[in-house]
Amino acid sequence: MDRVKDLASKKAAVIFTKSSCCMCHSITQLFYELGASPAVHELDNDPYGRQMEWALRSLGCNPSVPAVFIGGKFVGSSKDVISLHVDGSLKQLLIDAKAIWF
Amino acid sequence: MPEASRVDSFCLSDFDQSIGNHLENAVELSGNPVNNSLKVSSQTISPGPVHLGTSDRLPISVDRSSFMYLEDRLSLLAQKVQSTNHIIIPSGDTENQEGSAMADASPRTDISTDADTDDKNQRFDGSQSLAAVASDSSDRSKDKTDQKTLRRLAQNREAARKSRLRKKAYVQQLESSRLKLTQLEQELQRARQQGIFISSSGDQAHSMSGNGAMQFDVEYARWLEEQNRQINELRAAVNSHASDTELRMIIDGILAHYDDIFRLKGVAAKADVFHLLSGMWKTPAERCFLWLGGFRSSELLKLLVNQLEPLTEQQLVGITNLQQSSQQAEDALSQGMEALQQSLAETLSSGSLGSSGSSGNVANYMGQMAMAMGKLGTLEGFIRQADNLRQQTLQQMHRILTTRQSARALLAIHDYFSRLRALSSLWLARPRD
Repeated sequence: MDRVKDLASKKAAVIFTKSSCCMCHSITQLFYELGASPAVHELDNDPYGRQMEWALRSLGCNPSVPAVFIGGKFVGSSKDVISLHVDGSLKQLLIDAKAIWF
Repeated sequence: MPEASRVDSFCLSDFDQSIGNHLENAVELSGNPVNNSLKVSSQTISPGPVHLGTSDRLPISVDRSSFMYLEDRLSLLAQKVQSTNHIIIPSGDTENQEGSAMADASPRTDISTDADTDDKNQRFDGSQSLAAVASDSSDRSKDKTDQKTLRRLAQNREAARKSRLRKKAYVQQLESSRLKLTQLEQELQRARQQGIFISSSGDQAHSMSGNGAMQFDVEYARWLEEQNRQINELRAAVNSHASDTELRMIIDGILAHYDDIFRLKGVAAKADVFHLLSGMWKTPAERCFLWLGGFRSSELLKLLVNQLEPLTEQQLVGITNLQQSSQQAEDALSQGMEALQQSLAETLSSGSLGSSGSSGNVANYMGQMAMAMGKLGTLEGFIRQADNLRQQTLQQMHRILTTRQSARALLAIHDYFSRLRALSSLWLARPRD
């Protein structure tokens, strides 16, 4: 959990993924489309990947990836990201965290 | 001598050509009355413009015996023509012929028969005038030949009439069979929808997934019926200028109903994701626009914008933003799907053939299959998020619009899909030849 929190605070937009996960690819693409440059951490390529996945699940993230953090705060999985994007909240969160400017 | 009109018939021109030849012979040999010196030129089978070239050269007097021989040849040729006509008219044995083929064959033969008859009569008139000039005593034999030919002509007409009747009966039979086939197809479709499993294979596994798909189809049909009812209620309320409160109640019901189908689709995605992705539960025209197992929200919004005027500035911005967000999310999901496809293809195509031992290959193969199975499992997630996108878009749209505008929007959406479904029905029922 510490590692998760640590990595999440290092950049305005952080996404935890797995290299084999295609939905993670979708969410990452969405962030690029919005002009954000998220930090992407692949759990399957991280030595502490397993513990991190457990930590993400304990935050309520199901499935565990993709797990999105904005401004260090946990936003949710793909379902949450899409819902927030549709009502315009996602963009606002990114602007507030200074991940994007407009 | 009347000039024969050009007739589109092999037999007739063949016939006339021969007559021309014979008349030539008769004329040339007019000096020699002996029959057996008359050589009949071989009947040339050459269709082409029909004319009696000898009409210029016919002398006033023609030998009587030569002429009788000529008349006999004429009758024989008439017989030959009729027998050829009989071959062209399809008989009752050839039932397997297409009705249309028969339709094409018969009229032509009918025409050729009639024209043939007319021309033959004309020729006889011509020959008769010749004979009259030649001699009076040839009348009796001429009558006999006349009668024979007339009888044959009558038989020919009768045969043609019978063939027309046969054709008519055959076509009627085809029509009724076609009708029965359509009815059976409809019954089958209805039975399928009601969950009666009609299997062409006896596969157990196949029937399991078939039940999942079948069940969803049934539920979807019921859902559509209920939606129709709700929409009619909304339309009546709008037309009768109902209050906003009343409208809001009906609209909330419709939106909740949309939630129902998304929930049902979620269940169906677990049971049979490929059925949903295939779009077979939708009509053909709707399938044309299928995206990840349903409609594209961004496209729907594009269609609505024009119909929702007048919109306030704020509303216009809101709807435009919504359309853009929708589009972005759709693109993101599509890219994810493409990555999935690529990944799946790579998994299935990577394989070493026979480099290691056979056991290594089997383990390799099993490993690949396991990976591929995992990837297929993620399809359900994509459909789920696509439906999530649709659901969120509808709800956001409702938030941006006023009650009345929402009502109009929901009616417009329903009308659009309704027309697509009607188009599908028309398309499926279109006449084909």
